[in-house]
Amino acid sequence: MEVGNPLLPLSRPKIGVQGATGSWRFRKPEIDQGKCIGCGICWLYCPDSVIDVEDVGGRFKVRVDYVYCKGCGVCASVCPTKAIRMVSEV
Amino acid sequence: MTIRDLPREKYVLPGNAACPGCPETMGLRYVGMALGRRAILVIPAGCTSIIQGLHPGSGLSFPIINVAFASSDAVAEGVAVAKELLGEDGVVVVWAGDGATADIGFATLSGAAERNGNIIHVCVDNEAYMNTGIQRSSLTPKGAWTTTTWRGKTESKKNMPLIMMSHGIPYVATASVAYPLDFIEKLRKAASMRGFKYIHLHAPCPVGWRFDPSETVEMARLAIETGMWVLLEAEKGKITISPPSRPYIDKSRRKPIVEYLKRQGRFREISEELVREIEKEVDEYWSTILKLSS
Repeated sequence: MEVGNPLLPLSRPKIGVQGATGSWRFRKPEIDQGKCIGCGICWLYCPDSVIDVEDVGGRFKVRVDYVYCKGCGVCASVCPTKAIRMVSEV
Repeated sequence: MTIRDLPREKYVLPGNAACPGCPETMGLRYVGMALGRRAILVIPAGCTSIIQGLHPGSGLSFPIINVAFASSDAVAEGVAVAKELLGEDGVVVVWAGDGATADIGFATLSGAAERNGNIIHVCVDNEAYMNTGIQRSSLTPKGAWTTTTWRGKTESKKNMPLIMMSHGIPYVATASVAYPLDFIEKLRKAASMRGFKYIHLHAPCPVGWRFDPSETVEMARLAIETGMWVLLEAEKGKITISPPSRPYIDKSRRKPIVEYLKRQGRFREISEELVREIEKEVDEYWSTILKLSS
């Protein structure tokens, strides 16, 4: 079956299907890399897959994609070392 | 299994249409981590069909069929049979909300369970029709405000896990977005079994329950710690309480249920009398499941 066939309403996966959802945000997660122990719990719970982790010497290095992060604050609330702080953007 | 063992491929894509702090996208990520490319999703009307976004794009990268409200389990059973006839691998998962499971989709769900169709039905229970504007469902708990129960719901929550157990299906489990590793293990176990599998996922909704979006996980965890939601598995009619809920078999270790209720705006006007009534129902539920687990 051909995607793009007008008779078949098939959709393709797309990053940003709802636009740059970072514009919904009014507070922003900021990671204190000094306090971060690289456990990956924020990555596990992030509802929008906007936290990326990279294995660096046996621990996770955490990065937030601010273009799409909606600023819910789940990452800050689950962080065991309080390394993530929600900072107001308004 | 630890966090490090989990696959990192994204099945919920950034920039989808879910509200901030959504428990459904959390749950969908765990489905992706558990089943990966094997998962085929059948999704009836609900929040998830909105989360996918507008054609021709999709905020989810699973193979998905969007179907009418009351047809999901029948469609899923058909897909599972077709996959088998073609000799192809795939785990067919119905991803339905509480309305599509316990109300509108119930007849189809019960039918597919009775025929023991080879599918997994995941009920994502956010305890009301959130997508259409927070109307009460049969899984809304007693005392909760919704736009159709202004003074609090007067009826109790339907006990779906026990109803599904009564169908005599091979596997019934409950899960919570606060315990992803437990949910992932249960999904993998269900995928390894043949027949009808039912998993009931507790999913606190910040919009409908009236709490801050950052507290989704906290709220789900409080439900376990107060004993309001119990993580369990049932095979061949015998219940096993899952590790996260085990400490709370002992009532003295449970937190008072007001700690869960008072954090949510939907229970703001609940009376002390009603709190006691809910507590009694929680105790009764525990004694029922403990009887079935011995």
